[in-house]
Amino acid sequence: MDWHRIRSDFPILDQQVNGHPLVYLDNAASSQKPRAVIQTLSHYYERDNSNVHRALHELSNRATEAFEAARKKAAHFIGAASDDEIIFTRGTTEGINLVANTWGTQNLRAGDVILITGMEHHSNIVPWQLLAQRTGATLKYIPVLDDGTLDEASIETLLTEQVKLFAFVHISNSLGTINPAKELCTKARAVGAVTVLDGAQSAGHMPIDVRDLGCDFFVFSGHKMCGPTGIGVLYGRMALLETMPPWHGGGEMILTVSMESSTYKAPPHRFEAGTPNIAGVIGLGAAIDYLEAIGLEKIQRHDHNLTNYAVQRMGEVPGIRILGPQGGHRGALAAFHLDFAHPHDLVEFANSHGVAMRGGHHCTQPLMKRFKVPGTTRASFYFYNTLEEINRLVEVLLLARKFFT
Amino acid sequence: MLSDDLRDLYQQVILDHSRNPRNSGELPPPCLHAHGDNPSCGDEIDVWVRVSDTGHIDDLKFTGQGCAISQASASMMTQKIKGKSKDEAAAVREDFRRVVMGDGAPVNEDALGELILLEGVQKFPQRVKCAMLAWRALEQALESK
Repeated sequence: MDWHRIRSDFPILDQQVNGHPLVYLDNAASSQKPRAVIQTLSHYYERDNSNVHRALHELSNRATEAFEAARKKAAHFIGAASDDEIIFTRGTTEGINLVANTWGTQNLRAGDVILITGMEHHSNIVPWQLLAQRTGATLKYIPVLDDGTLDEASIETLLTEQVKLFAFVHISNSLGTINPAKELCTKARAVGAVTVLDGAQSAGHMPIDVRDLGCDFFVFSGHKMCGPTGIGVLYGRMALLETMPPWHGGGEMILTVSMESSTYKAPPHRFEAGTPNIAGVIGLGAAIDYLEAIGLEKIQRHDHNLTNYAVQRMGEVPGIRILGPQGGHRGALAAFHLDFAHPHDLVEFANSHGVAMRGGHHCTQPLMKRFKVPGTTRASFYFYNTLEEINRLVEVLLLARKFFT
Repeated sequence: MLSDDLRDLYQQVILDHSRNPRNSGELPPPCLHAHGDNPSCGDEIDVWVRVSDTGHIDDLKFTGQGCAISQASASMMTQKIKGKSKDEAAAVREDFRRVVMGDGAPVNEDALGELILLEGVQKFPQRVKCAMLAWRALEQALESK
């Protein structure tokens, strides 16, 4: 695989920032977009733009065809049994909120337990807190060990038959931990709990097969995997989707409307009220095509090599503490604490050298508290990053050390 | 190698204050106290102030954690404000705000002393809240009576 040629698919990467070549290491927040995706978006707006599903004219036919083709691509991308199990959302956050407000509201009662983990993003905490407040259910957390993995002993004691819903992150955006999703889903199923797997950091970084993983719901965002912003996917097992009430009401999701009541479409359209983000969906389809042409296994292997190299090289910086699993088994990111600079000062310094990283709590405040750091700096990688860029990162960290001490 | 803007932002005096904060610690009661934080970045400052019967700030101290800008600004603030009347403190605060936000000329630039070194923050709009954190806490503490 010629990764340098692949890098040239991303026009944005070829630029200077503050007088230095851009080194983009904020991929866990949002990835860059290949030319194929950008061109798909402009083609759509220049040639096919129209509303989907209802009109009978040529442009609407084209838009609808491309829109539903993307649903098929998304279904194939994660191994769903049917295209109808793919609900388009604004992103991971909306997908989780949809489950909380439909399946959750319908099924949770006082005394039930919602189980999550201590390494969740705020988007996989707050919707469950709100659900617990509405229903009287209790929210419990599986603790995180010092090495950034889940405490297996606690899983055994916490995952009881009281647990109706178990939501957890596939790859932690703050630690890089890859959770044993298949094993956890099997355990959850054994106690009758429904599982929600947060794939924001795993989709587009590794092959996903929801049926092999055994999760009931899987959520991800397009923009972290080469797609546009404002589009994401909620996968749900059809047996569950069929039983769920609508969330948002409006056009597109109804069969009939009278002044008294309405009847609703079957999934997925029941959950897609209003004119959808048509360009976003079609752009996401293009992103999936692009990633699959490279191959998700190859991307995973390359991510892994880059991350291993990064963790090893970053370890050379005196005063660094890298959070998360210390072995090679981690997602494509390394969040760290430096004893000589606060994350915001470091990020500012790195930016002045053309290196884009993120500093702060990464929307995981409980986790920061757990590791007793006010925040961390995070370097996150994708397949278009290079070993040279990681060398540059280490060089800039060493310069920062000189500057701040 | 380093941009001028960055050098201006992190001058030696500022880095020195952030590494060795002056007037660090708590004041015993009776005194005024306020807590300030920037939830988006996690910076925190606690300010303790003792005001005399004549309305003068006899003593003030702070504790906190955060970036070099927020901590240096707090440290420099405590040095500058100690001994001032509440009105004088408010005037310095307003002039300092103008300087870091680039919002007009300070009324009395000389009175700012080395606080003028934080002028570099102007070029980094996202850091204004860091520079102002301790000053917001001070204002709150003074109003808390």
